[in-house]
Amino acid sequence: MPSFYEIADQLHSWLNANFNPTWVLIIEMVLAGVAVIGLFAVLGLVLVIMERKVSAWMQIRLGPNRVGPKGMLQSLADTVKLIVKEGMTPSGADKFLFNLAPYIAMIVAMLLLAPIAFAGNFQLWDINVGVLYVSAISSLSVISVLMAGWASNNKCSLLGAMRSGAQIVSYELTAGLSVLAIVVLAGDLKISAIVASQSDGWWIFKGHIPAIIAFVTFIIAVTAETNRAPFDLAEAESELTAGFHTEYSGMKFALFFLAEYVNVFIVCALGATLFLGGPMPLHIGNWEGFNHAMDYVPSSLWFFGKTFFLIFLIMWFRWTFPRLRIDQLLNLEWKYLLPISMINLLIVTAMAILKWHF
Amino acid sequence: MGASSLIVLIIAAVAFSGIAILISKLVLKASTNKQKGEPYECGIPTTGKTWVQLNVGYYLFALIFLIFDVELVFLYPWAVVAKKLGWIALIEIVIFFFILFTGFLYAHKKGALKWM
Repeated sequence: MPSFYEIADQLHSWLNANFNPTWVLIIEMVLAGVAVIGLFAVLGLVLVIMERKVSAWMQIRLGPNRVGPKGMLQSLADTVKLIVKEGMTPSGADKFLFNLAPYIAMIVAMLLLAPIAFAGNFQLWDINVGVLYVSAISSLSVISVLMAGWASNNKCSLLGAMRSGAQIVSYELTAGLSVLAIVVLAGDLKISAIVASQSDGWWIFKGHIPAIIAFVTFIIAVTAETNRAPFDLAEAESELTAGFHTEYSGMKFALFFLAEYVNVFIVCALGATLFLGGPMPLHIGNWEGFNHAMDYVPSSLWFFGKTFFLIFLIMWFRWTFPRLRIDQLLNLEWKYLLPISMINLLIVTAMAILKWHF
Repeated sequence: MGASSLIVLIIAAVAFSGIAILISKLVLKASTNKQKGEPYECGIPTTGKTWVQLNVGYYLFALIFLIFDVELVFLYPWAVVAKKLGWIALIEIVIFFFILFTGFLYAHKKGALKWM
């Protein structure tokens, strides 16, 4: 089976043989644009149905089961429903910011796709500061939330946005520090270099207990950063109706929803890349036969398998832990997670210098 | 694809959301009345202004965040070379963290991390 990289490579050389360079660039740009839009739409549909099926499974009920085989086309039907709904703008709202906010959310979610390695060597842009790029762009998502909450002229929205702002900026620190632990071990910010450094084993195994601690703090921090339960204070439905997108309806609401799910995918993809080896297959020490069998599984399957496992983990949290209060949430970050991840970073550094990792 | 992919991604995001909103505008029949434009507060008319002063706690956390975020930006180049530099990198970062932590403890003592 040809890999994604080979297909892209062959397409590139075929285009170069038949068109002049300007046209090649334009055609490739259009193809990439169509591909990411397709990925976006498919991810949204898949993650929504997955969320509903997983929650149904955890609560021992059936979940959506009417549209399509086993209800698998439910999210498609929901999309059609959302298209025919009216996207209202409340009369008291700041109309410009209100309509701009979903675009910002989408742009941020889309930009984050650039450095993600979907398969071996298959990336849109292998930027040399990949990890820094992801943490820089992902912190922009708070702008769209604050914008939406402020412009709605609704008290629930404004409170939700303020909570979300405090929450996202706080947990960004822990996410950054946990990621840095892996950067120290790998000695590079480039995503492809970090993936390559895990060819003999994933960092979560190679890095002993400190890497596992970094992984746990990372997962907690990104759960909070993407406003997922138990940290979904920004859209706590029992307190704030729907938080920052209370006033949004129709397609604008759908865009926020989509951006949120794609953000979940991206942070899980980042976690899978940094800690679980991304597109790298699972190898165990001297088990030659086992390692050989694992090499036959395509790298894209490894990547999506790990990512969807982490997404499943985050969905699991939602039905396991009750929602935190805002002061508990900030206490957890500032009094526990931040010192833990700082000290953990020092331990990881000492370990990297002593070469205690495998 | 290189840096041009950023332009592609931004255009793709704007086109995707723009077309989606445009399609929904085209297929729907909108009606307006006074009640429809009111802010949604579970059916009760809203009282007072929405854009008022909020709890200072949110801003305090934003300020402390700013200090730590700048620190985090400093840590990125350090993290890349930490392994090559060896012990000197660790000693330097311990001193750095110590200064930072003193500031953090000061903020904690002052009650900046307490939710009011």
